[in-house]
Amino acid sequence: MTPHQIWIAFTTIVVKEVRRFSRIWIQTLVPPAIMMSLYFVIFGNLIGPRIGEMGGHDYMDFIVPGLIMMSVITNAYANVVSSFFGMKFQRSIEEILVSPVPNWVVLTGYVTGGVARGISVGLIVTLLSLGFTDLHIQHIGVTASIVLLTAVLFSLGGFINAVYATKFDDVSIVPTFVLTPLTYLGGVFYSISLLPEFWQGVSKINPILYMVNAFRYGILGVSDVDVVVSYLVIIGFIVLGFSYSLHLLNKGHGIRT
Amino acid sequence: MIKALEISDLRKTYDNGHQALKGISFTVEQGDFFALLGPNGAGKSTTLGIVCSLVNKSSGQVKIFGHDLDKNPSEAKTCLGVVPQEFNFNQFEKVQNILISQAGYYGIPLAEARESSEFYLKKLGLWDNRNQPSRMLSGGMKRRLMIARALVHKPKLLILDEPTAGVDIELRRSMWTFLEEINAQGTTIILTTHYLEEAESLCRHIAIIDQGDILENTSKKSLLQKLNVETFVLDISTSLDKAPKLTDFITRLNQDGQLEIEVQSHQNMNQLFEQLKGFEWRVTSLRAKSNRLEELFLGLIERGTQTETNGVFQ
Repeated sequence: MTPHQIWIAFTTIVVKEVRRFSRIWIQTLVPPAIMMSLYFVIFGNLIGPRIGEMGGHDYMDFIVPGLIMMSVITNAYANVVSSFFGMKFQRSIEEILVSPVPNWVVLTGYVTGGVARGISVGLIVTLLSLGFTDLHIQHIGVTASIVLLTAVLFSLGGFINAVYATKFDDVSIVPTFVLTPLTYLGGVFYSISLLPEFWQGVSKINPILYMVNAFRYGILGVSDVDVVVSYLVIIGFIVLGFSYSLHLLNKGHGIRT
Repeated sequence: MIKALEISDLRKTYDNGHQALKGISFTVEQGDFFALLGPNGAGKSTTLGIVCSLVNKSSGQVKIFGHDLDKNPSEAKTCLGVVPQEFNFNQFEKVQNILISQAGYYGIPLAEARESSEFYLKKLGLWDNRNQPSRMLSGGMKRRLMIARALVHKPKLLILDEPTAGVDIELRRSMWTFLEEINAQGTTIILTTHYLEEAESLCRHIAIIDQGDILENTSKKSLLQKLNVETFVLDISTSLDKAPKLTDFITRLNQDGQLEIEVQSHQNMNQLFEQLKGFEWRVTSLRAKSNRLEELFLGLIERGTQTETNGVFQ
């Protein structure tokens, strides 16, 4: 395929993915908006004033970056895992397998679809947060790049989950038992400086901590971890995730007999 | 001339140890209408699955219009259009979008994809349903949608895996006409089917596969010449108590009281008609007991099974 044909194939996958989550917006875009609004109301407005400051900021200001990041992570992941597994389940993945689209284009297309949904939901949640607090972004470059890289990383995670999934239960196991606990323990609602030293060390094994804190640094200018380390962790996981996903695609794991 | 398809020593052993293909080799000429026949589990779908990159081979080589599927997968796949046995499109996607997306995977620009999808949807009588989700289509329409999708990028080689399974006779006939038309325009077609009259009617070359081996691979004409005996069923003007004796022909009455006569390949019908003239009763109709290819197919498969069985008990 020529570069132009590859570009057409890539945009075809991305447009199809965006059309998919836009068509079912009531399932994909509305629930995170409602859930995050409840977090803002309950944790930010009702409980927040009793907590006081966290990391030198109002509790509401402190949790907003974490909640935006949480919605980006869960939605980027959910988009790819449900779309790719759905294609496997309906066997419409065969449309792509018989075509000349290179595997790296297939992977990049699905990841871009996941990023599109993650960023869309992130923007919706950000707009909603403006109803509860004033956002003054301290480092726009860090904010934008961290949210983008995180969406890429969790789209890759969703892809790997979809490749291995053989039934619908497998699609929800990782988000429920791995992703949600790691996100909640990744400093969305608290600074790890509140924890005893041992648990601070344990928390630093959690990669989501680095993403949430780097994003919080971008918006508020405060972080529990070094932002450079955050970039290294995220990029390292992306390289690993992309290589492994491509290996699975090339091998045809779970998609070819 | 470059072959449309070249398969060399193709082997496939599944994880459970089942050897689906035992080193098959065959070629398909450009412009041919080729049938790959065999009973269930013979290896037809595995063969086509490997050609379509849906099944990983254990060893062997596949070339599509001279492009090695391992070394130049993009070039090889560009030549190929596939109509699988099972419906495999997104049930929630609109009919025309399915075709446009498929064209996009082949790098066809949107305007051209729209034009091509419109052409094939109109050609296959689906244009009025273009904005419907594909799950709303009837079974016959879904079959036609899969054909339109396989053709939207104008492939040089079209593979159809039992395209008329479960399709009513009227639609089947119209699909035959359409396939003959695109074959006449130069598209090479490979077909698998359980309807042997379909293969006899459409195809010029036939390969018969059973238990992972190719039993026959020749032109339809040569294959039919191998048919040693053909049975004809005659309706006669009166009911008979027993089958009449005819010189050199084997006769019997079937359960419906019809007369069955076996005609060997070296005999001709005139000899039979001459003898039939001598009876008081008249023949009111005559038909072949089964499709010629079917008789040959069953003979080959039975021989294959017998050899296998003998092998097992030796």
